[in-house]
Amino acid sequence: MNELSASSRIAYPAAAAQPRVTHRLRGLSDRALAWLFITPTILLLLAINIFPLIWTIYLSFTNYRANRANVPTRWLGLDWYQSILTDPDIWAAMQVTAHFVIWTVIIETVLGFGLAFLIDKKFRGHGAWTTIILLPMMLSPAVVGNFWTFLYQPQIGLFNYVIGFVFGRAPSSFQMLGDVTLSPWAIVIVDAWMWTPYVMLICLAGLRSIPDYIYEAAEVDRASKLRQFWSITLPMALPFIMLAVLFRGIENFKMFDMVNLLTGGGPGSTTEVASITLKRAAFESWRTGYSSAFAIILFVTVFGLANIYVKALNRVKSR
Amino acid sequence: MSLDASRTAARRGIIDRILRRGPLEAAATAIIAAGVVMLMQPLSLTLYSWSFTTTLFGTVMFIIVSKVRD
Repeated sequence: MNELSASSRIAYPAAAAQPRVTHRLRGLSDRALAWLFITPTILLLLAINIFPLIWTIYLSFTNYRANRANVPTRWLGLDWYQSILTDPDIWAAMQVTAHFVIWTVIIETVLGFGLAFLIDKKFRGHGAWTTIILLPMMLSPAVVGNFWTFLYQPQIGLFNYVIGFVFGRAPSSFQMLGDVTLSPWAIVIVDAWMWTPYVMLICLAGLRSIPDYIYEAAEVDRASKLRQFWSITLPMALPFIMLAVLFRGIENFKMFDMVNLLTGGGPGSTTEVASITLKRAAFESWRTGYSSAFAIILFVTVFGLANIYVKALNRVKSR
Repeated sequence: MSLDASRTAARRGIIDRILRRGPLEAAATAIIAAGVVMLMQPLSLTLYSWSFTTTLFGTVMFIIVSKVRD
């Protein structure tokens, strides 16, 4: 009895407070309540995304230099854009980026789809193999960059040792990161090693989404395995493959960390992808206005590709 | 008169068919893709110079046409 009265004494103020809160909230419409909840997020987005973007667009039309912030800025109009879009060095950096993007996407797609196709056949221990294959993807790009630098060491590197063993050459006879011809391929190999599992995951999702009855119908029609692959597996997994291609294409277009750790853009400028050129202009030459214009050019490209990516994603979702 | 009316209806049919989100989005996507290819191709500096304008046009077009009715 005492307990009851105690609990009722405790419950009473809460019960009395509740109508007051609901009364206060009852005055707000659903729309106002929704705005109340999303306003902090919108403010945060404005502060850390939209404002820097607008500020960068403004800086791209000026001669502002971050290391001389006190010097009055001068309006230059489209001068930086014109300068970047007629500069053969920036064009060369774009071609290095193209080499990196095209080859990584091709290798990752072919290997990723192949691995997904194999993993999809449920063999003994396929779960463990899937986990092992996924390991590189879980590592930090900084870690990957550092330990591949060791693997590529001409004297002690395991990669050089294995290649030397297979092709009958001395491991120190070639330098993956120091050679003008080999270094663009060195960064392609590392990116492919790290991100093929991701493409495999997306392709695996695509393969698992194909209903079994389609294969059963093909079996009834006595379609060969090759015919089933070309007429069922590949067309039905294609939207997922496209998704992986677009995602990896966008990610590699703005690749910075791993390439910076592995080669820093060298030797010379053979691995100087666009983001490294941008970093050099912004934080080594301190040409802030110029690098802002370059950043906007890269941003528009990535934004355009991201629109296509979202469209492809919606198509996959609607399937 | 009836011929004119049928011609107008036919023209409106063609416009209705073209001014739908699907074909316009496909056109915008093609323009963006062309801009990206122009940016990274190794053949012509002139194409490279026009790449940003092309990509920007395609992106703005994509944003606008994504609001067009289906």
